[in-house]
Amino acid sequence: MVTLKELPTQELFGPGHRMCTGCGPAATARITMKALQKPVIVVNATGCLEVASTIYPDTAWKVPWVHTLFENAAAVASGIEVSLRKQGKADAVDIIAFGGDGGTFDIGIQALSGALERKHDFTYICYDNEAYMNTGIQRSGATPYGASTTTTPAGSKIAGKTDAKKDLIGVCVAHGVEYAATASVAYWNDYITKVRRATAVKGPAVIHVLAPCPLGWRFETSETIKLAKLAVQTRYFPIYEVENGKYKLSMKVPKPVPLEDFLKPQGRFRHLFAPKFAKDLEELKRQVDSNWNRIAQLCGEIPAQTSPSPNQPAS
Amino acid sequence: MSKTISQKIVGMNGDEAVAFAAKQSQVDVVAAYPITPQTIMVERFSDYVANGEVDTQFVCVESEHSALSACVGSSLAGSRVFTATSSQGLALMHEVLYLASGMRTPIVMAVANRALSAPINIHNDHSDMMGSRDCGWIQIYAENAQEAYDWTLQAFRIAEDHKVSLPVTVNLDGFTISHAMEGVAVLEEEEVGDFQGKRNPMFKLDLTNPMTFGALTLPDYYSEFKRQQVEAMKNAPPVIASVANEFQEISGRQYSNVSAFNMEDADAAVICMGSVAGTARTVATKLRKQGKRVGVVKLWQYRPFPTREVANVLSKVKSVGVIDRAISFGAPYGPLCSDIASTEVLTGIQAKIFNVICGLGGRDVKPSDIEEIFETALKQAKGVPIDDPVTYVGVRP
Repeated sequence: MVTLKELPTQELFGPGHRMCTGCGPAATARITMKALQKPVIVVNATGCLEVASTIYPDTAWKVPWVHTLFENAAAVASGIEVSLRKQGKADAVDIIAFGGDGGTFDIGIQALSGALERKHDFTYICYDNEAYMNTGIQRSGATPYGASTTTTPAGSKIAGKTDAKKDLIGVCVAHGVEYAATASVAYWNDYITKVRRATAVKGPAVIHVLAPCPLGWRFETSETIKLAKLAVQTRYFPIYEVENGKYKLSMKVPKPVPLEDFLKPQGRFRHLFAPKFAKDLEELKRQVDSNWNRIAQLCGEIPAQTSPSPNQPAS
Repeated sequence: MSKTISQKIVGMNGDEAVAFAAKQSQVDVVAAYPITPQTIMVERFSDYVANGEVDTQFVCVESEHSALSACVGSSLAGSRVFTATSSQGLALMHEVLYLASGMRTPIVMAVANRALSAPINIHNDHSDMMGSRDCGWIQIYAENAQEAYDWTLQAFRIAEDHKVSLPVTVNLDGFTISHAMEGVAVLEEEEVGDFQGKRNPMFKLDLTNPMTFGALTLPDYYSEFKRQQVEAMKNAPPVIASVANEFQEISGRQYSNVSAFNMEDADAAVICMGSVAGTARTVATKLRKQGKRVGVVKLWQYRPFPTREVANVLSKVKSVGVIDRAISFGAPYGPLCSDIASTEVLTGIQAKIFNVICGLGGRDVKPSDIEEIFETALKQAKGVPIDDPVTYVGVRP
C-alpha cells in the first residue's frame, strides 16, 4: 500500500478538462497518472475520458497521448509497443491503454483479446461506469441486471436490463495474462498498488476499475466515492487480483452492507423497489451473491462447491 | 534520357515482389492479417523474419482492423510501417483508413485487389479500393509485378515526405499480378537505402515533447483539419514526380501519374488501370497495324486524380472508352468514368466518352473484349451515336 506522501504532486492529467462534476473516470485517470513511476504513453479509446479531456486545441494530458477509434485501443497500444521495441525503448516506457466498459467489454474485446494473446507489454485499464455514458446511457455488456438505461429502459413490463454483467477479468485470465485485477476508484491506494503491479509485469496486464457515473447512475455528484465504496462493501463489485492465474481477494467484506444501500441512491435501480419488480430485485441480489461466491471460491476464501454457472438468471 | 543499368532479374510473383520491396525498404514494423490473394506477401515477409533477414517487428494481428490500427500506433511512435490487405480486409479497415490519413501517418499498404462479397469471390476487380477511394490515401495502381515492386519502393518516399505525410496504397490486381510469376528487375538493398533514407517523422509520440494526437475536434476546427489534408494531397503530385525522377536515375524505369501509349494522333482511346493496360496496348498495336488510330491511357496515380495530365493526353482524341473494374451502384458511371467525366467538365476537353464495366470477380478481360471497346470508340469518333453510356463487356445479357 502506498501513502499519500509518496505520491507525486504533479498532475499529468491536468485540471481544466471537461469531465462532469463527480466523474468517477476522471478521478481514475488522475490517480492512474499519479501511480506511474516511468515515462508513459497513453492510448485512449473513444469515450467520455477522451472526448472531455482533449477538446482541440486544449488538452488535459501532459504526457504523449493518442486517441484513434472506439474499438482499437489495444491494437494501437500493440503498434506503439512494437515500435518502441524496435527503437530499443520499450523497457523504459509504460504504455497505458484506457477504455470505457463499452470500448472494452463490447466493441473492443477482439482487439484486446489479440493484444493479450500476443503478449504486448502494456497495461489495459477499463474504467467501468456500466453503460455507454458518452452517448447517453445505453446498456453495455458491463451493465448489471435490472439497471435502467436508455436502451434497456425500465418500462411497465420490463425491469431494465435482462442480461447479466460479463466477466471481463475471467476473459482476460483465460488468455493467461500474468496480472489482472479489479479495483474501485474509492480505494485509491489499493488501485495505485494494482497499477504499479500491472505496469511492473513484463507483458500485458489488465485492471478493471469501477468508476461511478453520477449522470448515468443518477445519484448526487457528491456521492461518487461513497457509492464506489458501497459497491465493494455490499459485495456488488468484488475487488481482487489474479497473479499468474491465482485469485486473491483484496477486500474480504465479511459483513456485507445490505445491497439496497448501494442501489437506493441510484435512479437507475429505483424501479426495482416497485412491488411489481420485486422478483427482479431478488434476481439482481441472487446474481450479486452468486458472483461473490464464485470469486470467493476462486480466491480460496470459501470452499468450492458445485453451483449453477455464474451470473445466469435463475430459470 | 536513358542509361543502361544492370540489374538482377528475379522470378517473383506480384505479392513476392511487394514483400521483397518492403524488405529492402527496411520497414520497422509490419502488422498484417492474411487474406487471399494478399497472403503471399505476409508469408514471404514472415520468412524474412524467421530467417533473420530483416530487423522488423512483425505483428500477426487478429483482424485487418487491428492490423491498420497497430500500424497507426507504430507510425505515430515514429516507425516506418508497411501492411497489406485485400477485399473484405480493406472493407473491414474502412474506418481505420480515414483515421490513418486524418492522422497523417505515412503508412504504405499494398492492396491485392479483389472483388467484394456478396456473392463471395476471391478474384480480381477493383471494387475493394474503389469502395474506399475517398479515404484520403494516395492510390497507385500497378500493371505488373515490376511496377508493384517499383511503386512500393517509391511509395515510402512519397508518403514520408513532409510536404505530403499521407498514407499510400499500391494496388495490384489479385491473382493476375499477385500470383503470376514474372522476371522482376531488382535494385541492390544499398541502392534502395540510399534512395529512401530513414524516416524522419515531423511529429511523434515523444516523451521529451509530449503531444496530444487525435483530439476531439468540433465545428470550430474540423474543417481546417480536413482542408489541410486536401492541401497535402495537392502537394503530392510534384513530390511523386521528383521521386519518380530520382527512381529513374537508379533504376532506368520512368514513372509518372499517367502513361500514354500511341496517343499523339489517336482518334479513339481506352483508359484503364492495372493489368488490363497490357492487354489494351497489345490490341491497340494490332489495330494500328490495320491503320486504326487508337491509343491507350493508363493511370498509375488514381488519387490524387491527375486531372490536368489526363486532360492533356485526351486533348486531341475524339472518343474514349473508360474501363471500370468496379460498379458504383446507382451512379451515372463507374468510378473511373465519373472522374473522367469530371475532368471533361473541369478542363473543357471535348472527347466523347462511354463507360465499359468488365472484369468483375476475376472474369478474364480478353483481347476480343478490348477490341470491341476500341471498335465502339472508333465508331463514336466518326460521329455514330452510342445507345448506352454504360455497357458491360463479356457479361451475359
